[in-house]
Amino acid sequence: MFGKLSLSAIPLSQPIPLITSGVVILIVIGVLSLVTIKGWWPYLWREWITSVDHKRIGVMYCLLGVLMLIRGFADAIMMRTQQAMAINAPGYLPPEHYDQIFTAHGTIMILFGAMPLVLGFMNFLVPLQLGVRDVAFPTFNSVGFWLTASGALLVNLSLFIGEFARTGWLPYPPLSEATYTPGVGVDYYLWAVQISGVGTLITGINVVTTVLKMRCRGMSYLRMPVFCWTALASCLLIVAAFPVLTATLAMLTLDRYVGWHYFTNTAGGNPMMFVNLVWAWGHPEVYILVLPAFGIYSEIFSTFSGKPLFGYRSMVVATMFICVVSMMVWLHHFFTMGAGAAVNTFFGISSSIIAVGTGVKIYNWIFTMYGGRVRFETPMLWSMGFIFTFIIGGLTGVLLAVPPADFLTHNSMFLVAHFHNVIIGGVVFAIFAGLEFWFPKAFGFRLHEGWGKAAFWFAFIGFWVTFTPLYVLGLLGMTRRLQHINVPEWRPWLYVSVIGVGILILGVITQVMQLVVSIRDRERLRDVTGDPWDGRSLEWATPSPPPFFNFAVMPNVEGEEAYWGIKLRAVESQQLSPEPQYEPIEMPVNSPVGFYTAFFASVFGFSMIWHIWWLAAVALVAAFAGFVGFAWRDVHEFEVPAEEVARVDRARRAAREALLERLSRQEALP
Amino acid sequence: MSDIGLPASVEALRRVREDPHRLGHHAHGAREPVTGAGHGATGPAQKRIIVGYGFWIFLLSDIVVFSCFFAAFAVQRGETAGGPSMAEIVDVRRVVFETAALLLSSYTCMLSFASTNARSRLWTEVFLLVTGLLGLVFVLLEVQEFVELAGRGITPQRSGMLTAFFGLVGLHGLHVTAGGLWLATMMAQVLIKGFRREIVHRLICFNLFWHALDIVWIGIFTIVYLMGSIA
Repeated sequence: MFGKLSLSAIPLSQPIPLITSGVVILIVIGVLSLVTIKGWWPYLWREWITSVDHKRIGVMYCLLGVLMLIRGFADAIMMRTQQAMAINAPGYLPPEHYDQIFTAHGTIMILFGAMPLVLGFMNFLVPLQLGVRDVAFPTFNSVGFWLTASGALLVNLSLFIGEFARTGWLPYPPLSEATYTPGVGVDYYLWAVQISGVGTLITGINVVTTVLKMRCRGMSYLRMPVFCWTALASCLLIVAAFPVLTATLAMLTLDRYVGWHYFTNTAGGNPMMFVNLVWAWGHPEVYILVLPAFGIYSEIFSTFSGKPLFGYRSMVVATMFICVVSMMVWLHHFFTMGAGAAVNTFFGISSSIIAVGTGVKIYNWIFTMYGGRVRFETPMLWSMGFIFTFIIGGLTGVLLAVPPADFLTHNSMFLVAHFHNVIIGGVVFAIFAGLEFWFPKAFGFRLHEGWGKAAFWFAFIGFWVTFTPLYVLGLLGMTRRLQHINVPEWRPWLYVSVIGVGILILGVITQVMQLVVSIRDRERLRDVTGDPWDGRSLEWATPSPPPFFNFAVMPNVEGEEAYWGIKLRAVESQQLSPEPQYEPIEMPVNSPVGFYTAFFASVFGFSMIWHIWWLAAVALVAAFAGFVGFAWRDVHEFEVPAEEVARVDRARRAAREALLERLSRQEALP
Repeated sequence: MSDIGLPASVEALRRVREDPHRLGHHAHGAREPVTGAGHGATGPAQKRIIVGYGFWIFLLSDIVVFSCFFAAFAVQRGETAGGPSMAEIVDVRRVVFETAALLLSSYTCMLSFASTNARSRLWTEVFLLVTGLLGLVFVLLEVQEFVELAGRGITPQRSGMLTAFFGLVGLHGLHVTAGGLWLATMMAQVLIKGFRREIVHRLICFNLFWHALDIVWIGIFTIVYLMGSIA
């Protein structure tokens, strides 16, 4: 009846997961009862859960991502402290638990922390920057988000029920085959990643179509903000690479569930085929994350330097160059496979060449600041911290791209330090910079500056104190994923690293404090103009937060930096453009289909993990029925009357008049 | 938002001054980009273009999935682990019938869309039905093949080569089956709702899907069956 599921799946004998589970369950129950008592369900259902508004979906993606970053950070704290305690001692985490932690850390940080945040930024920003009212497929967008959430749910469920994989964040066979890992851990991984992967693919298709087919009038490709270019490149990679992950995990699933021989080490299976396939996804995945991050930095550097981005076209070329070349470097993750000198040379060179594209970008950002009026606000601090951090990370990457050097550092702590160096320095810094930068656009008030700057400095210093020792340890010969350490000479470095984690914890606390303080002081921090940073792209032409239809009248773009041009003309002529003729707007209706699909996807995934076949069948049929039912609806859009559009836009124009007046007064000052 | 900007001539002069070689401005040659197609600076495309375009992108991603299974087959086709080789399991006669059924179904699928364009509900339904029946013939022949092989003890669990064979062919069969479900749904929708805008859009997507499966099958027919029977 319940397959492999029984009461023994609950980890009663292991205090750490049990207590964590208890606390998490209490928090969830607390939040749910608060929502129920306050009567917020109808509001949440109407305005968020069934929303097909790209901005709402973007915000929900970011919320999911931030929660998962915290979850993954908790894993990181446990790993660093375990290694510092387990020097010729048992430490406090038994091997089978420690292995789950490093697996969960990698999986969660990349797939359920960084990915939702990056997808969230793309969802929120791309239509606004392109001057259109929504993405190409708004309802599918909602499906994509909820499937990602469903995957995150399954991963976290493994904490309370059963176990998670102990194989590392990419479950290499033959270890991950049923023979060697018979438990449900790998199955949790497979179904969670598979379901959220479908969600990611939907977003990828959506953004590609939006950028290529839905730009407002006048928005030719070479007038798009760089963020849109990077979102396009990233989503092209999603469309090209995520299907590879889907196929690879499907093959592993077949191996595990029905005894096939794709990756087994018997009967003609080929484990190295898994490694090749999974990195053919895994390396582009790195660029799926970091390209939008580059886009975020580009927006911030030009805004806070008060200058157009230096070398816009070279930036576009470098982005597309990285997009293409990133598909041709995957083998550098396993130079030690033994493919031979010629193959390793090819991939060594292609990996090093990527640094050329990245170098172009770094110089462009530096030259953007050069001669500009740089404002050292919080987003700018994160961006400047990024340049420093990312250059070091990039240089160690070029070292690792040299096959002979890689043979020495393969799977060592040097590698661990390198990829944290580029992912934290590149992606996570961009996420925090972007959150600071666009928070007022999404919620209508700024974040507190003091707390934000403190958070940056804690994170920046904490990062270096944590990871510099890991470089040293790697060169001293320490391999990754050690639960137990028997070289006492490594002790000082491991201790320094724990101190770094302590500083990072302070960073997380200040980050949370910043949010709390900002919500408390929101009236004082209110952004009434819609353009709090003196921005340059079209999202700053809307009020904060933007109305659900984004633009009352579709903009007509007449040059690069669309909004900057509009603003300059208004300042020059001392008046806004004449009031346009308002017309009714068609907007897509809300739909529960995303939530519905994800609900049954979760049930399906859970029953497949625990071999509850009948329930899996029921969930599949229900999901199909739901889709057909959805396809049967007749009303797809509703009309926003012209008066409503006019009312919203006149309020925006009034705020702009006030801004214009203030700007002219400032200009009149000596 | 439609702020009055520089006159077009001034703007053009400015562009030439800033970009003497006019890099990146010749994408469409001398022709003007078409409005509603989403080209250049002409504004958003029509819904029909957006739906078709998005579905093309999806198809590309689906073809990437197939390419992984093709790659696995290429890697593992020699890994018989002492079991039967490709030449021993291929029955070219049956596969020719399968291929004929599927190619013919693509033709009738196209006829159904011609009928859709002529807004003939009857002929759309008739040709969709024929398409579906031909698809069913294809799937049944494939199931028969798999059952027969299993009867001879030839299953995916036997060797890496058989895993890759059943995986690739089975994935295609699964796609055809899912396409059949979609087709049945579309027939019901055309019957009840007629040619509403979104129904026609879905028919476009369904057609693209069905033809794409044909293209994939050509690959399977050639690489798996024909080359397999020779080897």
